[in-house]
Order: sequence, then C-alpha cells, then structure tokens
Amino acid sequence: MKRRNLMKSSVALALAASVLGSTAWAENPVLKIGFVGVTSGPAAAWGISNQRSMEARADWINESGGYKIGDTTYDIEIVSFDDQKDPKRAIAGMEKMAQEGIHYVVGPNVDDGAAAVRPVAEAQGIMYFPYAFPKELYSAPASNAVLGMVANYQSGPAIYKYLKDEKGVNSVAFVAANESDPLSQRDGGIDAAKALGLEVVSDNVTYQVDTTDFTPVLTPVMRTQPDLLVLSGVSPANAPQLIRSARELGFQGIISTETAQDATVLREGAGDLANGFISVGGASTPEIASDDMKEFVKRYTDMFGEYNDESNTKVYALEYILATLNANPAGIEDVAVFQTTMDTFEAPNPFMKGDAKMRYVGTTSFGQKRQIAVPLVVNVYQDGAFETLFVAEVD
Amino acid sequence: MEQILANGIYLGAQYAMIALGLTLIFALMNVLNFAHGQMYVLGGFVTYTFYGQLGWPFVVALLASCITLAVLGALIERFLFAPVIRRSSREESTMLLAAGLAFFFDAVILLVFGEKQRGVPKIVDGVFNWDFRLIMPYDRILICVLAILSIVSFILFMQYSKTGRALRALAQDRTAAQLMGVNVARYSMIGFALGAMLAGLVGGLLVTITGVNLGMGGPTSIKAFMMVMIGGAGVISGAIAGGIILGFLEAIGLAVLSQYGDITYLLIFVSLMLFLAIRPQGLMGKPWG
Repeated sequence: MKRRNLMKSSVALALAASVLGSTAWAENPVLKIGFVGVTSGPAAAWGISNQRSMEARADWINESGGYKIGDTTYDIEIVSFDDQKDPKRAIAGMEKMAQEGIHYVVGPNVDDGAAAVRPVAEAQGIMYFPYAFPKELYSAPASNAVLGMVANYQSGPAIYKYLKDEKGVNSVAFVAANESDPLSQRDGGIDAAKALGLEVVSDNVTYQVDTTDFTPVLTPVMRTQPDLLVLSGVSPANAPQLIRSARELGFQGIISTETAQDATVLREGAGDLANGFISVGGASTPEIASDDMKEFVKRYTDMFGEYNDESNTKVYALEYILATLNANPAGIEDVAVFQTTMDTFEAPNPFMKGDAKMRYVGTTSFGQKRQIAVPLVVNVYQDGAFETLFVAEVD
Repeated sequence: MEQILANGIYLGAQYAMIALGLTLIFALMNVLNFAHGQMYVLGGFVTYTFYGQLGWPFVVALLASCITLAVLGALIERFLFAPVIRRSSREESTMLLAAGLAFFFDAVILLVFGEKQRGVPKIVDGVFNWDFRLIMPYDRILICVLAILSIVSFILFMQYSKTGRALRALAQDRTAAQLMGVNVARYSMIGFALGAMLAGLVGGLLVTITGVNLGMGGPTSIKAFMMVMIGGAGVISGAIAGGIILGFLEAIGLAVLSQYGDITYLLIFVSLMLFLAIRPQGLMGKPWG
C-alpha cells in the first residue's frame, strides 16, 4: 500500500512539475526562426558564426522578456540544420523547416546550396537569407531570397577604386579556391578590376579547398609581381596560410579579399605578416560599434568562450526578420505580406552609432529590394585587430 | 626546377609521415582507420594548446601531442576495436566503428577547440632565398628535416627493436606470431598506440606551418588513403613511397599546370584509377593481402 502511494505521489509530482514547468516556459508564445548552413567540415566557421550569432541574439531577446511583434511578445527559438555544404542536405534542411512551420530561415552559406533550396522555399512560403552572391537568386522572378551581406561585386569595385586612387595600385592577381563561390567571386572581381582600368596579371590560379600548404600554389602568381593580390572568396581557415605563404615568397604588395575574416585567426596564423590585409567586415570596429553591438559581442563571448569577427555581419539577418515582422505582424504567417513590407521598411540600426537605418536595398544590383543594408565596412588588419579603412553603403 | 624539387621533398616527407600511422594500423589489425585524419587534427590542437596558448617549449608540446595520442590510441584499441574484432569477423564492423570515431572526434574538437582556424607562432623566423630560384622558409626546412628524421627513427625502431620485430611478425602472420609467443593483444594495442602517436606527431609538427582547424580531418584521411593505395596497403615502405610520390606529383602539377586551372588533383585521381586498375595491390603490396 505504501509502495502504491509512493508511486502515485511520484506520478502526481512529475505531472505537476511538467505542467508548472511548461507553464513557466510558455509564458510567451514561441516564434521559430530557422538556420540552414554549414556547421561541419572545412567551411564550418562560416555557418557556426551564423548559428551562434542567432543563438546569442535570441538568448538576449528571451532574457529581456521576448520580442514584441504587434500585440504579442514572442520568445525566439532558433532551429538549426547542418547542410554540410551539400546542396542535397540544404534541400533536406529547408524541407525540415517547412515541416516545422517555419517561414523565415537564415542561410545557406554558399552559392549551390542557396540555389538548390529556392524551389522548396518558394513552394513552401519560406523567406530565406543566404550568404551567396549569384544575382539570379535575388532578381525576379526569384522572390524569396534576401542577400544577407554585401556581395563581392558591390564591395570589390569600392575596394579596388580606393586602392587605385589612394595606394597607386595598377596591377592585380586573383587566386581562388576551386569551388563555385570563390570562382564566381573571382570572375566578378576580374570584371570589376578591368572596368577600373587595372591590369589583371594572373587570373587562373586556383587551389583545392583542403590545401594546407600554399607555397606551391602561389609561386607562379608571385612571378607576375602584382601590386594587389586578391584572395577571392577566401575562407577564414585559408586566409592566414595564403597571406603567410605570399609574404614568405617575398610579396610586398597589398593583399585583400571581399569576404569577412577574423582578427584572432589572422594573428595566430600569420602574425605580423597579416598587417595591412584588407577585408570586409560588419559593425564591431570601435569607430562605428554602438553599445548594443558591444553588448552583443560580450554576450556571444560569454556564451561561446570566444567571439568571431565574422559575426559582425551575421548578427543582422535575425534582427531584420524580427524588425520587419514587427513593422507588419501579418508577415508571421504570410511571406507575401513580408515581401510587401520590405519595400518601405525602415528602422533604426541598433548595432551602429549615429542614425544609421536598417532597410532593404539591392535595387541597383537585382532590380528589386532583396538585400539587407549591412554597412560596407572595409577593414585593414593591423597588429591583432581590425581598423576601419572606410565605410560605404550599398543601394 | 629547384623550387619544384624542394616543394616535392617537403610535401613528400609530411605526407609519408601521415600515411605511416594509417598503414601501420591496417597492417597490424586490418582496420581501415577513417579517424586517422581526426587524430592528426587532435595532435595539432594539443600542440596548439601547449605551445601556442600556454607558451610551453615547442618540443615539450610536441611530446605532449605524441603521448596524448598514444594513450588515446591505446584506449581506443583496448576498449573499442579489440572487443569489436573479437565479437565480429565482418570487416565492415571495424570500418563503421572507425567512421563513428571520426564523427565523434569532430564533435569533441568543435566543443573543446571551436570552429576557428588555429595557428601557433613560428618556431624559426626567416626565409632561405637562393636568388629567387629556391625560396623556402626556415621553419619548413626544419619541419622537413624533423619529418625525415622521424621516418628514419621509425624504420630503425621497427627493424631493430624487440617491439618492432614483434609488430612486424604480427603484421606478417597473426596466427604464426601468436604461436611463436608474441602477445597479440598487447602488441596490437602497442601498434595502434604507435599509429595514433605518429598521427599526433605529424599533427604537432605541421601545426607550426599549416595551422589546424576542425575540418582538416576528413581531407587528411583521404590523402592518407591515397598514399597507402599507391604504395600498397599495410606496407611501411609502401606508405613512405606513396607519400613521396603524392608530394612530388602535387608539387610538379601545381608548378607546371597552374595556368590550366586546378587540374592537378584531377590528373592525380585519374592516374590513381588507371594505376589501381593495372596494379590494385599498389607498388609494394601483395595481391593476396
């Protein structure tokens, strides 16, 4: 009898705990936002910085009581899927998001993955924010993709023009990994350089993405003696090794890329040899970072032990999704409403000092507003940290 | 030409070291260790932690990599591979276990060391430059010399030490070795530990040149398997030959074919397929296994 009572009490206690627990947890309804990107393999750093940015921001929002959209305050839940940089997996990830009733997804991180998920996203009513550059993803009739960063064909011309005017750069060499993203970025860079009247002295040297020793790769490039060496679409894992090899081979010119990098990785991998390296960043350099950006960096560091400078850019996508839904709450269930709202949306940019605005851009590049207005911050690496070289805007 | 030769020797030496551990484990236990690349990465991260983060002398950090991986290898053999081999005669059981270990190590590395590329301070500064005909940083020269010395030491150890002789006997014929009094369980564990230690050693050496990151394990394993296939599975001299051949093919291809784009590895893979069609046992392997 005693044993039966004990069992009953235990069951009752467990039920009570679960009811109370779920009541406490479900104070706010949950708004799920998806992430489909690469979080394993050689390019894991790209997706992990995405996922962790979203998780850090969502955690901050939830801790502050939730995000108010219309009359309802939501807790934000991030649902993640590792596509392993495989288009087939990216499709599976997007289908998973659809099954979970998610309408807003950040990612994928690369061109072929972003192209592969388009039919699923458009059929299932999912807006997605890739970090991939092909214009056809964002130009009509494509409707559901929103570029989550500045594309190389937008940042490249600005960087090359600056270097031509300010540093006297006349010749340029391009090196790219043998993958779709870096190759397309290289081709875009070559066009931009030629349009500016720069002499392209080397444009066909490529390397395997898993290369660890770049001395043999760069030796023929160095013989062309360019003023500027562009590492097209270089991943943060490869950048320090390429810089180090180029400098050790005696290259004295400028090295640049149009992808985001991490200062710690450059310091550890290339040390002082990385001084002067130019890359594209977001909004965490001291000159432009707001208090919110500093708080985000602190929270990210507390959660994951170490900040990733790539997150300067990747913090934005989730913020844009939530702020746009706030501007028109009907978008939560209807992405057509979201798309209409994008045309007129404007809100204060919480991560930049001053009166910077969040708004959708891309009309010049895509013929429609399918890009978030991330500040085009061109950084130069110097002694372990990035310094802002110049800031520009994309239309 | 001088640069191609130097690059070939440097790449060949490091590749041979990577392949040695893999082929040793295969020779002793008939296990295709798909986690070999991850062991290499772990070795790199141990050196990174002790040398790059804690500021210990490089040699001590390298030793820590070797010991860590040797202990890990011994534990893996004793508690994972040995029981599986005892209970299952199907070869795919150990293959699946090795693949599972690779995923497990990837997850552990991500949790402990993060997703970023890591690097350590150079162990030697400066660049050797012979009139721009041959350019080689001094740290690469040093690592190349250390790799060659390690390979020679390993060969001498296998040739002349009691443990080495026992391991070779085990590799040649497990049953005969057992009948001759070799403690098979003990030497299998030692052999696996030695193979893992070699992965840790080369990982620790190369972190000074290439850095290390979470995603390097898989591609490293693939290259190691290529070298072993070229040289002949389970043959020590074959792994060395395979590593040197792959190193030179890569150095020559990157220098001569660079203007045609990234076709070096395409040609290497095509050549490998043709080669294996003609000689599936590799250069020094036996057709009967």
